Amino acid sequence: MSDTATIPGVEQAVALGLTRDEYALVCEKLDREPNEVELAMFSLLWSEHCAYKHSKKLLRTLPTEGPRVVMGPGENAGAVDVGGGWSVAFKVESHNHPSAVEPFQGAATGVGGILRDIFAIGARPIAVLDSLRFGEPDSERSRYLLDRAVAGIGHYGNSVGVPTVGGEVYFEGPYETNCLINAMALGLARTDEMVRSAAAGLGNQVILFGASTGRDGIGGASVLASAELDEEDESKRPSVQVGDPFEENKLIECSLELLERRLLVSLQDLGAAGLTSSASEMASAGKVGIDIDVARVPLREADMAPFEIMVSESQERMLCVAEPERVDEVLAVCAKWEVHGTVIGEVTDSRTMRILRDGETVGEVPVEALVDDCPLYDLEPAKPSEPLYPAPKATLRDGDDVLLALLGSPNIASRRPLFEQYDCLVGARTARRPEQADAAVLALPHGGGIAVSIDGSGRRVAVDPYRGTIEAVLECAANLACTGAEPLGLTNCLNFGNPEKPHIAWQLTESVRGLGDACRALGIAVVGGNVSLYNEGADGPIYPTPVVGLVGELPDPLAAGRLAFCAEGDAIGLLGPFAPRLEASELAKLRGEALPAELPDVDVEAVVAAHAAVREAVRAGRLSSAHDVAEGGVLVAVAECCLAGGLGATLEDDGEAALFGEGPGGFVLSGARADLEALGARVIGEVGGDALACGEQSWTLDELRRAWSALAPLFP
Amino acid sequence: MKLGVVQFPGSCDEVDALKACERVGDAVLLWHGEHDLKGVDAVVVPGGFSYGDYLRVGAIARFSPVMQEVAAFARDGGPVLGICNGFQVLCEAGLLPGALLPNQSLRFVCRQVGIEVVDAETSFTRACARGEELSIPVKHTTGRYYSPDPVRVVFRYTQGVNPNGSPEDIAGVANEAGNVVGLMPHPEHAVDLLHGSEDGLKLFASVAELAGV
Repeated sequence: MSDTATIPGVEQAVALGLTRDEYALVCEKLDREPNEVELAMFSLLWSEHCAYKHSKKLLRTLPTEGPRVVMGPGENAGAVDVGGGWSVAFKVESHNHPSAVEPFQGAATGVGGILRDIFAIGARPIAVLDSLRFGEPDSERSRYLLDRAVAGIGHYGNSVGVPTVGGEVYFEGPYETNCLINAMALGLARTDEMVRSAAAGLGNQVILFGASTGRDGIGGASVLASAELDEEDESKRPSVQVGDPFEENKLIECSLELLERRLLVSLQDLGAAGLTSSASEMASAGKVGIDIDVARVPLREADMAPFEIMVSESQERMLCVAEPERVDEVLAVCAKWEVHGTVIGEVTDSRTMRILRDGETVGEVPVEALVDDCPLYDLEPAKPSEPLYPAPKATLRDGDDVLLALLGSPNIASRRPLFEQYDCLVGARTARRPEQADAAVLALPHGGGIAVSIDGSGRRVAVDPYRGTIEAVLECAANLACTGAEPLGLTNCLNFGNPEKPHIAWQLTESVRGLGDACRALGIAVVGGNVSLYNEGADGPIYPTPVVGLVGELPDPLAAGRLAFCAEGDAIGLLGPFAPRLEASELAKLRGEALPAELPDVDVEAVVAAHAAVREAVRAGRLSSAHDVAEGGVLVAVAECCLAGGLGATLEDDGEAALFGEGPGGFVLSGARADLEALGARVIGEVGGDALACGEQSWTLDELRRAWSALAPLFP
Repeated sequence: MKLGVVQFPGSCDEVDALKACERVGDAVLLWHGEHDLKGVDAVVVPGGFSYGDYLRVGAIARFSPVMQEVAAFARDGGPVLGICNGFQVLCEAGLLPGALLPNQSLRFVCRQVGIEVVDAETSFTRACARGEELSIPVKHTTGRYYSPDPVRVVFRYTQGVNPNGSPEDIAGVANEAGNVVGLMPHPEHAVDLLHGSEDGLKLFASVAELAGV
């Protein structure tokens, strides 16, 4: 060890986010105090973002196995078997704090990062979805974050050449200072050609390829992702990485060609905590050691210190292991794609991560200590005795038209001004685009298809974390059912506040319990996910927001369900164990009502049975349209079907609660009356004309469309 | 009939264009770094973000070795189709007149639009009827066609759907001879019922017809 190595000490460790006890444990594992390089590595890998130290014990309660699961949690992404020898890999990840500081690059690199997780396992990225949360759009800051985040997602996704096929966005006060940017990606791979990240083979070479390494993103995982935001976040802007989708486009092709030509032993992306994380996770998975010489890493800035090189979060980089005799071929493939590849290290049998500079050791840490020995903490949940969140500001005035107000409310208005900024077509697999169906549908090479949706209502989870999370999973599965798809697997991103606070710990614990119960009821596994904690601003925590992404299969993408009414004279049916209630609804929010104390119990089995009925009816071609009842209730759902199809409808007026109440398990279907009745649906109206009539009231399609276009002025 | 689809670093739609070409004949990818058109009968310069669209859209790609061959092929009367970024590249290369400017909205827009075939005499519109309307998607940030001089207009956006503010609703143009055509909409994304429209196939069928296949 170099005798010039300085010992930063415990105060520096605390500044980097470790606790004093954790620092003591690091010293115990090393049998000495860590030097600057080693401390930097520990502070990142032992951060919440990398070690899941407050959530791992909870996550272990989730079902992760099933007959269709090809890869589960622990790999870069999960994957499910979709038949014909193909698998679909998918994962959702947050990029919340970087986006709150710099929304364009934060959102862009969120997309870039999740794509690398997908092609790191040998899957070609085929789709991106995003889940966004902002404060109310009457705030200038929220409008700025929305505009720049959408631009950033489009900038990256469009030019990297992967379609953005779906997503969701909600606007609620508690996200005002802490927006959420979750990105989900899907990839397609031959099941028998998927790769894992474990390094193996003594003497094998470690090759870094892609962009060069700079000072951007140093400490991103620990500084940004594992602490609450505060008013000095401007100073953290250098911690936000800058994305280059052109580099990533080449990196995808380069990586997939390296794998196709079977030149690699293993492959790993560089994400949070950069080289430190990817190299040590490779070593840990393969039960080997790795030597890395930082002097061989191509740099953007000449004078970078070894610790900076090891923790840099520069984007668009990959790390692979290859046998020595394959190295020339690997570098030739890199050169073909104009991607810089460099041998920077070697696999050893030492079980240590050894960091060298020009051959001189500047850091040496047992792999196990870095990756496996971070202490895991028990949460101390306590149900809050007082309401955590203030009542929303009332925006509905006496005499306002309730339907038009709902259609124009930010959480319901058409997302067209957002999704038209994304390429949803590249790859030529997209069979259902945004606003054509409740879920996106993609065609697969062997003739079948998959449907994918992402969902999560923070407000309802804030009311009741257990039932709210069950509702979120059921809502997502309902979206799939409307296209005729059966869920195969789930990914999730748990966006919560500071878990060291008992009321947040309670939200998290209850939510994960609901997630597990919902997955077991649906018979699906959680194949991967991400946890984003410490989402709090000066005004308090965000709404607890478990975002779930579901992938399902359907036999024929051409026959996938649509949401638009399409035939005059069709009957409109309401199906499912739907018990609409105004409490915690969108209408209650517009009226400024406080959140209720809890949500009603959900008959999960009955809801799952309704999903199956809708799915089978869609597959059999017995329905003209299928749309699940979500925010705004039945009348809003019917209005959406009218607008999508350019057809009016006549509906019974069953009173406010029936028309605008919300809850899980409801579907608005259209088709022949006999078919709907045979399904057990209650016929509530008929398709036809150019107006929506409900009892005494009537709205022209133009009126509805004007109200529904309320987000357009946000993107002039 | 053999069609070639050029692949630059940063191309995105080259595989979709290749598959569209395969519906009317044989098709191969043409690598940007090679001076080799592999004996193709027609060339498609596809969409995407060649060289990241850095500097200016299409400005770097036009210096690729393969573009020197494409230029010679076009001058000899060979049929060349530029789609979106490919249209931008052909303008930068001087194979088509004019230039593409940022959309009036300054935003990327992805949307199904109607375009009218106003010239059915070019290499890529022979299978269409004059005045025929095609449903084809656009997806671009820099698609507002501009030329100070009169040009041979091939496609116009139908009334009220112009997504970028181009003068006279121009969606696509040809060189004087009609063998080089560029358009912003993506015909390769409208060649299958799965895409919701098969109208784009007519452009590929036109060039196949020309070759007598």
